[in-house]
Amino acid sequence: MKYSALSLLRAGLGGHKDWPRAWRDPDPKPHYDVIIIGGGGHGLTTAFYLAAVHGVRKVAVLERSWIGGGNTGRNTTIVRSNYRLPQLHALMELSLKRWEGMSDEINYNVMFSQRGALFLGHSDSDMLQLAQKGDAMRADGIDADLMTRDQVARLIPLLDVSSTARYPVQGGLIQRRGGTARHDAVAWGYARAADRLGVDIIQNCEVTGMDITGGRITGVQTSRGAIGADRVGIAVAGNSGRVAALADLRLPIESHLLQAFVSEPVKPMIDTVIMTQSLHCYISQSDKGEIVLGGDPDAYPTYSQRGAPHIIEKAAAEALALVPALSRLRMLRSWAGTTDMSFDGSPFIDATPVEGLYFNGGWCYGGFKATPGSGWLFAHLLARGESHPVAAPFRLDRFETGHTMDEPGVGPMPQNR
Amino acid sequence: MMLIPCPHCGPRAHAEFTFDRPVEAITRPDETPDALVRNLFSRDNPRGPSRELWRHTYGCRSWITLTRDTATHAITDVRPVGADA
Repeated sequence: MKYSALSLLRAGLGGHKDWPRAWRDPDPKPHYDVIIIGGGGHGLTTAFYLAAVHGVRKVAVLERSWIGGGNTGRNTTIVRSNYRLPQLHALMELSLKRWEGMSDEINYNVMFSQRGALFLGHSDSDMLQLAQKGDAMRADGIDADLMTRDQVARLIPLLDVSSTARYPVQGGLIQRRGGTARHDAVAWGYARAADRLGVDIIQNCEVTGMDITGGRITGVQTSRGAIGADRVGIAVAGNSGRVAALADLRLPIESHLLQAFVSEPVKPMIDTVIMTQSLHCYISQSDKGEIVLGGDPDAYPTYSQRGAPHIIEKAAAEALALVPALSRLRMLRSWAGTTDMSFDGSPFIDATPVEGLYFNGGWCYGGFKATPGSGWLFAHLLARGESHPVAAPFRLDRFETGHTMDEPGVGPMPQNR
Repeated sequence: MMLIPCPHCGPRAHAEFTFDRPVEAITRPDETPDALVRNLFSRDNPRGPSRELWRHTYGCRSWITLTRDTATHAITDVRPVGADA
């Protein structure tokens, strides 16, 4: 059924008891044209665009647990394209443009709110870097505005911009088209939209092996039996190394963790996404009213989804110094997601040495914003067997050939990002 | 929070330590370019025991190796660097 104001009214009159399930719960078929491993945002958008854009309808998405239960539901929901390198501009701007039309495209309200994503500058060198980044963005047609301290103070009245502040604010760079979205809705909306186009979304189905004959993939072994496929795409960021190991592949990725936490809900107090150039703390307020905070990655390989308290303490201290009014809030929850850390901070969307097996991963801690763009580009690769021009630089072998895309310029150690 | 038993200082909070790399990624001057690229830029990335190079950066500043389970954070077999069998 199509969601609309009328369907909402009708269901409301019936006490909301007659909503049909949003997507089917099919058993796996013996064979598919394309199997996507991973039912997170990237896998689901890939399946949707395979069906909607490329006409590939015999598609299955295999999810080890449930839809939206992995990193799609563990991020801080920030969407932006304020990068510096042209390759990342192309990728993230393609994605941001898809965000802007997403709710209409999939007939599901993902509550995409372009409230502005602001990077604060705390020193002369911060402001220089922000100005350079803004120039680079505008040269590639992406919106960016440098702001003075007074302009920042008017935008975020609760920010401490005094000269005695722990982190003095000199100004900032805002991308007004940036913002936040409801992350669960992205997973559910694309699952429903893909399902309506005939994609089988198979939950509680863990891939345990890959059937490879003569260097070509013919299917996968799963906890629900063997499933054949002409092409297989891996989109399991966080567990990329483990799934790739099933095909004897070794990746330029380490799995680390990133924590986030939210406060009790309060009335609207921050209507912009606040990030900073010198600190690693980001602050936004969800539509429920919770203050959402994130900080540094824990900086060592782990699959535990359980971070250390000194990281939370640091992020909280920075947030309190920036917005002292947060000091009376109680934190409700903290959690961690497993991040697919690549060695230059940029992702991979590429074919693998196994014919018919394709890889999408290495999104570090920035995969959520790329969800629709990633799916758009991965679907192109899976349908046509060749990379979309925007995805072409994001190769798995770029470290061997020297074509790295190191946005922060910090070298090849994942824990330094 | 992990408690890491430094071979020189005893058990200390992991906030005093910094992770450097898995032992598999330590490069040697006499490696071929292919081996160098492989060791620097690809990982086993196991879920389970991993042999790693850490540094007691905010303590005695010594380099140490240890075996750490990446799923449970259980730490065993901590040695001063160079004392690996």
